[in-house]
Amino acid sequence: MFNTASTTPEKILQMLAALLLFAAVMGLILFIAGRFGGKRGDRIVAYLYLLPVVLMLGIGLVYPGLRTIYQSFFDAAGKAFIGFDNYGTIFSDADQLTVLRNTVFWVVVTPFVATAIGLVYAILVDKSRFESFAKTLIFLPMSISFVAAGVIWKFVYEYRPDQGNVKQIGLINQLIVWLGGKPVQLLIESPLNTFLLIVVMIWVQAGFAMTILSAAIKAIPDDIIEAARLDGVNAWQMFRKITLPSVQPTVVVVLTTIGIATLKVFDIVRTMTGGNFGTSVVANEFYRQTFNADNQGLGAALATLLFVLVIPIVWYNIRSLRQSEAR
Amino acid sequence: MSTTTPVTTTPPLVAEKPSAAKVAKKRLSSPWASLAAIVLAVLWTLPTFGLLVSSFRPERAIKTTGWWTFFSNPTLTMDNYKGVFGGDGGVNLANFFINSLIICIPSVLIPLSLAALAAYAFAWINFPGKNILFLMVFALQIVPLQVTLIPLLEIYVNIKITGTFWTLWLSHATFALPLAIYLLHNFMREIPAGLIEAARVDGAGHVSIFFKVMLPLLTPALAAFGIFQFLWVWNDLLVALVFAGGGDEVAPITLQLANLSGTRGTAWQLLSAGAFVSIIVPVTVFLLLQRFFVRGLLAGSVKG
Repeated sequence: MFNTASTTPEKILQMLAALLLFAAVMGLILFIAGRFGGKRGDRIVAYLYLLPVVLMLGIGLVYPGLRTIYQSFFDAAGKAFIGFDNYGTIFSDADQLTVLRNTVFWVVVTPFVATAIGLVYAILVDKSRFESFAKTLIFLPMSISFVAAGVIWKFVYEYRPDQGNVKQIGLINQLIVWLGGKPVQLLIESPLNTFLLIVVMIWVQAGFAMTILSAAIKAIPDDIIEAARLDGVNAWQMFRKITLPSVQPTVVVVLTTIGIATLKVFDIVRTMTGGNFGTSVVANEFYRQTFNADNQGLGAALATLLFVLVIPIVWYNIRSLRQSEAR
Repeated sequence: MSTTTPVTTTPPLVAEKPSAAKVAKKRLSSPWASLAAIVLAVLWTLPTFGLLVSSFRPERAIKTTGWWTFFSNPTLTMDNYKGVFGGDGGVNLANFFINSLIICIPSVLIPLSLAALAAYAFAWINFPGKNILFLMVFALQIVPLQVTLIPLLEIYVNIKITGTFWTLWLSHATFALPLAIYLLHNFMREIPAGLIEAARVDGAGHVSIFFKVMLPLLTPALAAFGIFQFLWVWNDLLVALVFAGGGDEVAPITLQLANLSGTRGTAWQLLSAGAFVSIIVPVTVFLLLQRFFVRGLLAGSVKG
C-alpha cells in the first residue's frame, strides 16, 4: 500500500485505499468526539478536531521551516557551521546579485502593471453588454498552470535565425520583421529576457486583479456615483475622485497579494529559460542550488530569504487593512 | 496571502436599469473605452489562440511558417494529439494525465475535511489556548513552500515513502490547511449563533451539529475552496518536482510538460498539443464553476 504504484489499476486502488484509511481516521475521531458532552467534554471535542491538523502542520510546516532556517547556517553538505556565510554569498557573489536584481524587477514591475491593467479593464467593461464574457477572457490564464503559460509564451517569443527564406514562427519576431527590423533572440538577450518573462506573470495575474477590483467597483454605493454624475463630473474626475479612493484599500490588497505570488515565482522561469541567460530569480535559484548544484546550505539560505522578504509585504498588507477598517 | 479582503462577494443586485438615453449617452462617449477593452482582450487571447491553432497543424508547417499563415493555407491534423498520447514518442501524456487525477482527488478531499473539523472547533467551541492556536495557524499561511521542502523530503526518506503518491498527498494536504482553516472559519462565524444554540438545547452534540447544521450551510464555501485547491494541485510544479521528480510512475502532467519544454524545446508539435491536454481540465473546471472560484478568490488569497 505504501509502495510505488505503477499500473493504472494499482494507482486507483492505492488512491481508494488512502481515502478509506483517511475516512477511517475521520470516523474514529468523530466516534470518540460523539461520546463526550458537557462543558469539559467540549474541550476534548475541540482538541480531537484539531489533533490531525496540529500534527500535520507541526510536522509538515513548522518543523521543516525551522529546520531550513537552521540549515541555512551550514555549508554545502550541511555538515559544518559557517554562520552567515551563505547570506554573505547571496549578497556578494556576482551571479547571486543578478538573481537578486531580477527578483527586484519581478516584484516591483508585476504587481503594479498587473493591477493597473486589471483596474483599467474592470472599469472599461463594467456594466457593458459583454461584461462577463470579456472578463472570462482575461481571467482564463489564471486557471492554467505557469508551466502551460510558459509554453504558450515561449512560442510567442520563438526565434528563427535571420537568413535566406527562413520564416519567423514567433509572433513578436514576425512583428519585428514586418516592421522592417531584424529578429531578436528574445529569451537570450539580458536583461530584456527577464522583462519578457515578467510579461507572462502579468498576463496571468491581471485577471486576478481585475476580478477582485471589479467586485470592489460594483460595491461602490450607487448614490455616490449618482450624486457625482448630477454634479456633472467627467469620466476622469469620476475615476480620480470617486472610483480610485473607494477601491484604494482593495488595490493595496491586490498589489501585496500579487507581490507575494511573484516573489515565489519559479515555474515560469524554469519552463522558459531554465534560469539561464541571467534570468534566475530567488525561488528558481533555491531549486537550482539545492537540487542541481548540491549546495544545501545556500539553498536553505535562499529559501529563508524568500520567507524574510514575504514578511514586510504581509505586515504592510495587515497594517493597511487595519487602517481602512479604523476609518 | 491576504487577510479579509474588504470587498463584497455579491454585487448589489438592485442596480436600476439605466434609461435608454443614459445608455445612448454612454455609448457615444465611450467608443475609445470599447476599443481599449477590445485591444486588451485580443492581446490577452492571442498567445493562447496561436498555440491552439498550431496544435492542429502538421509538424512541418508549424516549424516553417507562422501560425497566422494557417488562415491563408489551412491544413488540419490530429497527429500532434496522437503523438503526445502515443507511447512511441516517449511523451505518453495519458499516463501523466491519470497521475494528475490520482494526485488531485485525495489532495483536495483530505485537507477539506480536516480543515472543516478544525474550523468548526475554532469557530464554535471554547477551549483554552484557542486564540493563540488560531493565530499560529493563520500566520502559517505566509510560510513559502520552499522552506519546507528539504526537511520534508528527509522525513519521507526516513519513513520510506519516497517516489509514491503518499508524499504528494501528504504535502499538498498539509500546505492547504492554513488557508482552508482560515477561510472555512470565516464562513462558519457568519452562521447565526442561534442556530447552533437551538441545536444544543435540543441535545445535539458537536458531531451532529457539525453534520446536520454546519455542513449543509457550508457547501458553497467547501466548493469554493475545493476548486481553488484542485486548480492549485493540478497546476503545481514545484512540489511535484521535489517529491515525484524521480520516476514517471507518480509525476503529474505539469512535470512532463515542463520536462518536454526543457529537453525538446523546439518540438512545437508536441509542446502545443501537450500544453492543451494539460490545461483542458483546469479550464473546464474553471468555466463550469467560475462563480465558486471567484467567490473563493474574493474571500481569500493566493497561497504557496
